[in-house]
Amino acid sequence: MTENNKDNITRRRFLRESVWGTCLGGLGAAAGFFSGSSKRTDTVWQIDPYTCVACGNCATYCVLEESAVKCVHAYAVCGYCRICFGFFGPEPHDITEAAENQLCPTGAIKRTFIEDPYYEYTIDEKLCNGCGKCVKGCNAFGNGSLFLQVRHDRCLNCNECSIAAACPSGAYKRVPADKPYLLKRVDHA
Amino acid sequence: MIGFRHVIIGAVVFLVARGAASGVERFPPPDFVETNHSIPSPTVPGPRQDVYEYIDVVVLLGALVLSSYLVLKRRSRRAVFGLMVFSLAYFGFWRKGCVCPIGAIQNVVLSIFDRSYVMPVTVAAFFLLPLVFTLFFGRTFCAAVCPLGAIQDLAALRPIAIPRWLESGLRLFAYGYLGAAVLFAATGSAFAICRYDPFVAFFRLSGRLNILIIGVCLLLIGVFIGRPYCRFICPYGVILRQLSRISSRRVTITPDECIKCRLCEDSCPFGAIREPTAAWPAGYYVKSKKRLAFLIVLLPALVLAGGRLGAGLKAVTGRAHATVRLAERVYLEEEGKVEGTTDASSAFRATGKEVKDLYDEASALIDRFGMGGWFFGGFVGLVVGLKLITVSVRRQRTDYEADRASCLACGRCFEYCPREQLRLKKAKETVGKG
Repeated sequence: MTENNKDNITRRRFLRESVWGTCLGGLGAAAGFFSGSSKRTDTVWQIDPYTCVACGNCATYCVLEESAVKCVHAYAVCGYCRICFGFFGPEPHDITEAAENQLCPTGAIKRTFIEDPYYEYTIDEKLCNGCGKCVKGCNAFGNGSLFLQVRHDRCLNCNECSIAAACPSGAYKRVPADKPYLLKRVDHA
Repeated sequence: MIGFRHVIIGAVVFLVARGAASGVERFPPPDFVETNHSIPSPTVPGPRQDVYEYIDVVVLLGALVLSSYLVLKRRSRRAVFGLMVFSLAYFGFWRKGCVCPIGAIQNVVLSIFDRSYVMPVTVAAFFLLPLVFTLFFGRTFCAAVCPLGAIQDLAALRPIAIPRWLESGLRLFAYGYLGAAVLFAATGSAFAICRYDPFVAFFRLSGRLNILIIGVCLLLIGVFIGRPYCRFICPYGVILRQLSRISSRRVTITPDECIKCRLCEDSCPFGAIREPTAAWPAGYYVKSKKRLAFLIVLLPALVLAGGRLGAGLKAVTGRAHATVRLAERVYLEEEGKVEGTTDASSAFRATGKEVKDLYDEASALIDRFGMGGWFFGGFVGLVVGLKLITVSVRRQRTDYEADRASCLACGRCFEYCPREQLRLKKAKETVGKG
């Protein structure tokens, strides 16, 4: 202590030192409590694809200029339809890959012919802005194999995700960092 | 080409036949008998590895140790400044300001009130380490480790002194902010501190416009009023203040003795230097005793009034929670008082949950806000009452001292002290004898 009378315990000094000891004990207890109840692994944000309504907030509310949310394709769920409602806009002029027929505003979905009558749809993540238009289309008329996910190579893992705060359906949750994705699966009930 | 309308009609008929539900396999995945095409899997780029979070904790610990050493032992403003720039670069621009001890308050509160939320160990360490260091060494965290403090410290170019009463009054805002942040975190509504963090937009070089404007305004104010966020807003600073009051070591302006030369008087840009007290005016003692007695009696009344007010505001504060807002919206829609639906209300209807359950959930939440409001309002009342008591108590001071609570340990005042100049052998012994 920095008090002048080191040997005499004044009332003020006694009070201060007992409060000091209490605080230190309190912090120690808190540390013990937290290390007991906390988890070793970190948590990250993720979208539950079965709750997501593809409202489009993901594209605009992320703190990153280009959202950390991108569309992900669970190929195993996909029907490989020739006419994909995630790919083609409503009432296209033609069933071709021409830009005016596409639903995606950035042309991020690539359509490749596999065998008659099946086509594979892949997402170019550099172009995808996470608007979820294709997700809506695929959910409405297809198998729902397109869905939005937080891409963890981009996500800053903010303490409070600004998209989660704006999510209308409560689809955002914290998941353990060692299982950072909630992918759609064929066997989901 | 087949008409697209026909396809849609066909699809709709098909869906009705199968019973449409999202996620159902309307079109079975093909086998690819001709081409043997293998179905790819989606890529899953992993998050930042946990080990880096531990590195952050180690860097925090190292910065705290170094800061405490530089302030209390080396007494070097230049070195503190260097560490501060490093912290700004590392915790601010490199780590993008997340997670920080200020925001960690909310994680701690949420983990106490919501048992399903598990707080990572690293976040707990970020919350506790600066508290422990403050208990031992004063606010050395604020001096050179906090990136929010650092960015403001760099902006404090032309600090002016503001009156003591204004400083005390404005500081009450920080207490209210802490109380509100705890209330919102405890009810699981929002992390208000993160949402209104004014400088994180600079660290990320992107962010919402209104926050960016607040940040720029605070930095501009900070040119004249040193560190406005730290002094008047920071909720973590509120906790650090109290621990710093009783810290076992603290910043002293002079390395040995105060010669009352008044040279340091105006050196603190944060108004933390207290001058020696003058003799008490005659008759002051009796008057102040009466006032003190009145204020002590007033304290419980203030706590109760604050609590009542906080609880009464539950319908307002409750709107911070998304479920309450949703229930209000759905109620208005059900009653036909508004046209159309919002994303949230249609998402709720799509789940097929009962409206009544939503109302029950919302009213339970509002009750929680009422309960929390008692504590929040009571806390604010207590703070106001204690503030009134402390300003009416006179402390005896014989030296120029840094106020234990307000001192941010930046080390600017050291070099103003002639005894310090003597210690550094930059002045001759005659100075100290004046």
